[in-house]
Amino acid sequence: MATTSIALTETPDIRAILALADDALILGHRTGEWTGHAPTLEEELALANIALDLIGQARALYQAAGARTGHSEDELAYLRDPPAFRNALINELPNGDFAFTIARLFFVSVAADQCWRGGFDDPAINDIARMASKETAYHIRHAAEWLIRLGDGTEESHRRARDAVDALWPYTGEIANPRAPWLAAIAPVLARATLRNPTDGWMQSGGRDGRHTEHLGHLLAEMQILPRTFPGATW
Amino acid sequence: MGRETKFRLMSMLWEVFVRARNGLSHRHAGSVHAEDPEMALQAARDVYTRRGEGLSIWVVPSAAIVASDPIDKDSLFEPTGSKIYRHPTFYEVPPEVGNM
Repeated sequence: MATTSIALTETPDIRAILALADDALILGHRTGEWTGHAPTLEEELALANIALDLIGQARALYQAAGARTGHSEDELAYLRDPPAFRNALINELPNGDFAFTIARLFFVSVAADQCWRGGFDDPAINDIARMASKETAYHIRHAAEWLIRLGDGTEESHRRARDAVDALWPYTGEIANPRAPWLAAIAPVLARATLRNPTDGWMQSGGRDGRHTEHLGHLLAEMQILPRTFPGATW
Repeated sequence: MGRETKFRLMSMLWEVFVRARNGLSHRHAGSVHAEDPEMALQAARDVYTRRGEGLSIWVVPSAAIVASDPIDKDSLFEPTGSKIYRHPTFYEVPPEVGNM
């Protein structure tokens, strides 16, 4: 019944675009999972806005990748299996508690901001980066303000924020390249949040090569079931 | 025993005013819950300017608003009802002016 997955011939160019697109899609999907579960109505809308920003970025990038591969954005999102996804592992981790969601959004957004501002050879990707960097700047602002308040908040919020930073740290090696500017950008926020900067140890990797955690398969199963079961369905 | 903390994470209510275009005044859009001014501004942005409604936002603690008492309605507002000369309706407008 399920539609057959597409097979891509990936040049380094296509692979690089898919890495950006998959990062945005997977984090957008995770962030969207908060809809209906956020702690307040205001935060519900904030997270939904951010999720939609990320999915919008993914769409633009898939269209750019599609121009090179001949596949539509829907085929790229819905008809690839986990090993074909190029997102960093940090994006596919389950949301955890609110502190984990916020700390991840902060770490990933700071890395994305530095990536967007790095410039791209392809003018089409540069245009997407210019649009995305404004959105990313707001994501950083929102996540940083929350992280500061959670870290420097109650006993419980501090503990949860600290645990989130510690748990996420081994996954930041894959997104923060080069590392020094990323560390420099997050340090002032961690300091204001009264959170310690973990020391770099062994880092998780493999997402860019399609070696994912068990969580991505579950995420994709939910995301892809409808278009795979009813090809071409519209609503 | 507790940590020295800066934030209490207790929501207060804020009134939100949005200016849609240059030349217009800020108009009351609604209210949000937030811990402090910065978070109130972000919440206002996320709740009330999702469809390109805003160029500028004010947030004001709801508790800072001084409101008239409904009991005073008669003394505050009723006397103006009989003062029709305060409306600029007694001027002859020359036809050349057209619609004002």
